[in-house]
Amino acid sequence: MSSVRYATFEVAGQLFGLEVGEVQEVLAFSEYTPVPLAPGHVGGLFNLRGQVIAALDLRVRLGEPAQERTGPAMNVIVRTDDESVSLLVDRIGDVVELEPSAAEPIPDTLSGPARELITAAFPLADRLMLALDARAAVRGSEA
Amino acid sequence: MKASIPDLEAWWSVEDFDDVVQEFLVESYENLDQLDQDLVALERDPTARDRLASVFRTIHTIKGTSGFLAFSKLEQVTHAGESLLARLRDGAQVLDRRGADVLLRVVDVVRALLAQIERDGQEGDMELGDVIAEVEACIAGAPAPAPTAKPTPEPVTETAPEADTAAAAAEPAAPAEPEVAPAPVAETAPAAAAPSTPEAGAPAPAEETASRRGVADTSVRVDVDLLDKLMRLVGELVLTRNQMVRATEHSGDHTMSRAAQRLNLITSELQEGVMKTRMQPISHLWSKLPRVVRDLSNSIGRQVRLELEGAETELDRSLLEAVKDPLTHLVRNAVDHGLESPEDRVKAGKNPEGTLTLRAYHEHGHVVVEVADDGKGVDPKLIGATAVKRGLLTAEQVAAMDADEVLRLVFRAGFSTAAKVSNVSGRGVGMDVVRTNLEAIGGAVDLRSVVGKGTTWRLTIPLTLAIVQALIVESANERYVLPQMSVRELVSVEGQTSARIEYVSGAPVCRLRGRLLPLVRLNEALGGPIERPEENGEAIYIAVLNGEGHEFGLVVDRVLTTEEVVVKPLASHLKDVGCFAGATILGDGRVSLILDVLALARNAHLGNAERAAAAAAAMAEVKTETRDRLLVTRVSDRRVAIPLSMVTRLEEFPVQAVERVGSREVVQYRGQILPVLRLSGLLGSWSEDVSDTVPAVVYSSGGHSVALAVDGILDIVDDTAPHGPSDGDGLSGSTVIDDKVTELLDMRRAIMAADPDFQLPEFVTRDYVEAS
Repeated sequence: MSSVRYATFEVAGQLFGLEVGEVQEVLAFSEYTPVPLAPGHVGGLFNLRGQVIAALDLRVRLGEPAQERTGPAMNVIVRTDDESVSLLVDRIGDVVELEPSAAEPIPDTLSGPARELITAAFPLADRLMLALDARAAVRGSEA
Repeated sequence: MKASIPDLEAWWSVEDFDDVVQEFLVESYENLDQLDQDLVALERDPTARDRLASVFRTIHTIKGTSGFLAFSKLEQVTHAGESLLARLRDGAQVLDRRGADVLLRVVDVVRALLAQIERDGQEGDMELGDVIAEVEACIAGAPAPAPTAKPTPEPVTETAPEADTAAAAAEPAAPAEPEVAPAPVAETAPAAAAPSTPEAGAPAPAEETASRRGVADTSVRVDVDLLDKLMRLVGELVLTRNQMVRATEHSGDHTMSRAAQRLNLITSELQEGVMKTRMQPISHLWSKLPRVVRDLSNSIGRQVRLELEGAETELDRSLLEAVKDPLTHLVRNAVDHGLESPEDRVKAGKNPEGTLTLRAYHEHGHVVVEVADDGKGVDPKLIGATAVKRGLLTAEQVAAMDADEVLRLVFRAGFSTAAKVSNVSGRGVGMDVVRTNLEAIGGAVDLRSVVGKGTTWRLTIPLTLAIVQALIVESANERYVLPQMSVRELVSVEGQTSARIEYVSGAPVCRLRGRLLPLVRLNEALGGPIERPEENGEAIYIAVLNGEGHEFGLVVDRVLTTEEVVVKPLASHLKDVGCFAGATILGDGRVSLILDVLALARNAHLGNAERAAAAAAAMAEVKTETRDRLLVTRVSDRRVAIPLSMVTRLEEFPVQAVERVGSREVVQYRGQILPVLRLSGLLGSWSEDVSDTVPAVVYSSGGHSVALAVDGILDIVDDTAPHGPSDGDGLSGSTVIDDKVTELLDMRRAIMAADPDFQLPEFVTRDYVEAS
């Protein structure tokens, strides 16, 4: 089995990873247009080279309280069927190469909304990386 | 799908040409090129049945159309060719060299005839005997394959110089030069092309080729997808242009700003050009209507004359498609319900033949299409009664509306006034669908009607979908985009000016030229905190919007600018929010949300019904608590209060507009004669005011209205103080407002004094009977 490359990033102290093929690009952006009345995890809209992109706050998606943002926020832009959606994350990490066989079952202790967004857990040298289901993360919350 | 783009110059240079002929020519030229290929291929492989079938179809089509267009020569020659092809197709004969030659000659003659038609619209006097004879010979000679009487080799007689017929495709019209001199259709002088000036020997070969650069060469069929893509790209370019212009405005760099200016102009021109490629005349849509009207009027016994005005008005093709159904529905509805039967028309003193007029024209950057009939008109009373019967509204709610509002009830879902349901229209899915379809494309529909005179439906359609003229407003430090289409006017509310925000049952309203305009605060509608900056003396603005056929005011903090914006779809996450129609990128590169005016109106529970319901609810409160909000007026030196629930609107009439009829005073108002009662007269105090206008309180109910003239409108207040008795005539009591004694008007008496025939709604009568 060939190895899979993951782009990693940190949200609320936890390391997450997305398969690099699902990531369109990563960029920092500071001006978001708020969307009144939108679900809480919608962080706002921004202009990406003439395209209007919705930024979703991954913190809120994972059930954490939103954090007041100062300065530019990191966007992981995920390309799905026919639109690009941005995930707001705290910090961008490295790209890591992992064998699918190294995946471990999701820890039972993980609960809440996060559980539905995670497909696998990979132990890295110093910490655990949770592989994120891009589609689930980008989909609007059912609640 | 394909759309053809005719070169405009070539188009107009042959002004007598019918569109149909043009289309026929373009199509035929294309088919003929294919035909050449097919025939040559067939000659090599005479058994290719699909090719044979294709050739047969092409010739058959040209024959059919030329017959229809009365090009008899074309018809003759294609008919001959078709007979031969039929034999080949049926296997009665095999295509040999001779057959192919003959067929290719037929194609050449057809081409020559088409060229001739394109030049002057006539077939000319080309001699066809030879070619037809050849075809017949080919058919006749076929049963006996061996050469008999007729000579079989090269059937070239005198007309065709070319031996190698396959080469004919290159120079179609060069051989078989007819005697008649074709009028030179110079492209530089379009209007001068009079087809009836054949100057002998005039056409030089150069002009000949120039004139042949006609429809086939100057129009191109373009995939609509490509046009859509171009339109999208131009949209992006418009955005970039906006950003560029904005950026250079402040840069102070002359070279840059000049370049930006130039970019600005070119982009506008390009945008216009691309939009034009997508434009089609509305006649495309209308062409089917005469038949629809004819069939329909025959089947239901109407006599209808259909008049079409402005058929050349052009619309984006996607919009054309979108208004097709609504327009057809309105036309059917007009014939079915609008126009009366001939007998009824004669009885009403009208021409038995009804007139249905379709009118299209440009207005304020929109296309307006009107469907007007001179039929019986729409009776607001009937509409109101039907709305009540259908359970859409209560009688009280209808009573509180004015005639225009009542008419617009026909656009409500589940409404149909047809006395009997016919299979033509009147299934109750009509007008609301018309409205929905139009609003979906950013358009609007309205109607005007005069009972006995006729009805006019008016469709307002934007020129294009992708780029929208927008008004940028600011609320809570964020910018929002309002489609200019839905903005009626802007009102500034500053400190203590005339326009003020007042509250009716807690809901904000604004008195705008005497009319009570319900207000929506954008900030609150978007979930923001309740703020009333105007109470701190801060300026606010009201954008008067038109949503679902009625007006409301949107309160915003600031009005910034107008801009052309490109509508971008909302991310799927945000579609459920419901307040936004899309997003766009403004000149400074920031994303801004486009407000969905209809959704705002809906979410804020405006609407006639809701407003009327609020009034009715206020009325119910009156009954239980005998408390109401009061409109305080001045009648000479007295203060007279009128229950606000009995105020439909406030008007100011010019003094000279008040006319006398017998002992009464009236004023012409919205096509009605409105009785005017001067309260000073009723209350026995003489007004000495001399002013140019007469302020009046208008009360409408059941299609009737009265105006109560006062000397001034003072205030709207809560009726909190206890009522005392009053001995004054026409008064029902008195109270203290703002430390001043204010008399309460006996509305029933006042109205009856103004118009004894006035049908007061039951609750008013009951109320006042109880009170007295």
